[in-house]
Amino acid sequence: MAELSNLCLLLVILVNFFTLGSARLGACIHAVALQGAVLALLPLATHGLNGHTLLLAAGALALKGALIPWLLLRAIREVRIRREMEPLIGFVPTLVLGALATAGAFIFADRLPLIEAHQGGLFIPTSLATLFTGFLLLVSRRKALTQVVGYLVLENGIYIFGILLAEAMPLMVEAGVLLDLLVAVFVMGIVLDQINREFSTLDTEQLSALKD
Amino acid sequence: MELFARAALHLTLLLVFAPLLSGVIARTKALFAGRTGAPLLQPYFDLARLLRKESVFSRTTTWVFLAGPVAGVAVPVLAALLMPFGALPAPFAFTGDLLLFVYLFGVARFFTVAAALDTGSSFEGMGGAREVTFACLAEPTVLFCLIVLARIADSLSLSALLGPHLAAAWRTPAGLSLGLVVVCLLVVLLVENSRIPFDDPNTHLELTMVHEVMVLDHSGPPFALVLYGAALKLMVLGAPIVRLLLPVATGHWAGDALLFLAGMLLLAVLIGIVESVIARLRLVRIPQVLIGTTLLSGFALVLVLR
Repeated sequence: MAELSNLCLLLVILVNFFTLGSARLGACIHAVALQGAVLALLPLATHGLNGHTLLLAAGALALKGALIPWLLLRAIREVRIRREMEPLIGFVPTLVLGALATAGAFIFADRLPLIEAHQGGLFIPTSLATLFTGFLLLVSRRKALTQVVGYLVLENGIYIFGILLAEAMPLMVEAGVLLDLLVAVFVMGIVLDQINREFSTLDTEQLSALKD
Repeated sequence: MELFARAALHLTLLLVFAPLLSGVIARTKALFAGRTGAPLLQPYFDLARLLRKESVFSRTTTWVFLAGPVAGVAVPVLAALLMPFGALPAPFAFTGDLLLFVYLFGVARFFTVAAALDTGSSFEGMGGAREVTFACLAEPTVLFCLIVLARIADSLSLSALLGPHLAAAWRTPAGLSLGLVVVCLLVVLLVENSRIPFDDPNTHLELTMVHEVMVLDHSGPPFALVLYGAALKLMVLGAPIVRLLLPVATGHWAGDALLFLAGMLLLAVLIGIVESVIARLRLVRIPQVLIGTTLLSGFALVLVLR
């Protein structure tokens, strides 16, 4: 099963690169949905089939793979935006930064004092790289929707970390995290709606200027 | 004698079957578009027709103008002698031949661009500038991919890089890197052979052309050489991808040759499918995609180095 989880983690990293390099919001949201669905496979691949992992996988698939992407796709249809405009840091520089961070995550993870079982695996570096990718998306993009996508990627990174602890982590904790995520996306949806009504655009640059 | 026979087999495979690949690509695209398409052997007929025509030379051109097409054919032939075709080992192999392989194509590009500049047309100069820009961006990807393969094979010769160990390597953790290398090499193949989504080999729309604009002034036999050189290049650059995806040997040279040709034809079908389902990228997006593949190949290197 290690091969399946390695393949999943590699896919996660490729999706990271894609979201950093793509200007089309719809494609970004689809990519994050794919990432969520791939992550749903991970608990099954690492800890085998049992009730606990099945529930974890089903929860992740339903929320990260289906519900939240559906909400976001609905949002871009409502506000009629298709692409990210030229971001604060350009697409190529963020892509390069993301790749450097990924390489850095691999080097850093090799130096961490991990337990035997996790040494040399792909889990820790992928999780760190995904965290950083989400962070980059959050700080570098202008459209509020892309920032929500960044938040989702950030959460996916934390989820990968959590999978290593899935045996020790009670189901309630994971359910709570997923619920938090859903609530956060709802709140962001309401905020998006307010920004859109106030400025008739989703550009968050408007928020940094003071009204006279 | 052994060496001579192997070189002869290699060159026969290359020189005879290369134009067939263009025919297969064109046929696949035609089938996707719902047309019957030209016969599979059309590229051969085109070459024969061009060879019978006379060529017209502009008065501003010099011998450099003819050097472009000649180098365009000579370089893939030389490079083919370093590249194993499927399980058939390359006739010549020495440590570091991978660098010679990469930069032989740099020589061909230099002469193609020089020939384009020699016509004195600013339009062809623009095509040359684009070609060189894309080549600059594709080169790191190729080198990263070759370093990954060199690291896996623990050798610096193309024949050893694409040796029989690949079948076992796919099943180790290095298999992930090999997958990334295949994707990157495929992108480089499309860029280097000016294929959709990076360039359209059929377009004659002035502002979208990249490679085609540089050979506009060639006619007759020199143009036949240009077309033939492009077909040879496709085959030589496609060979490593086929070898990576089909790392098997039959044990007999005829079987190996047939397997290699079947792999090349499948690759041509794949290129035809890619060209049919993907739209051409905007010119400003191409560098982004190429930098993306560079990063991807760099990531593959990180994976094998740790």
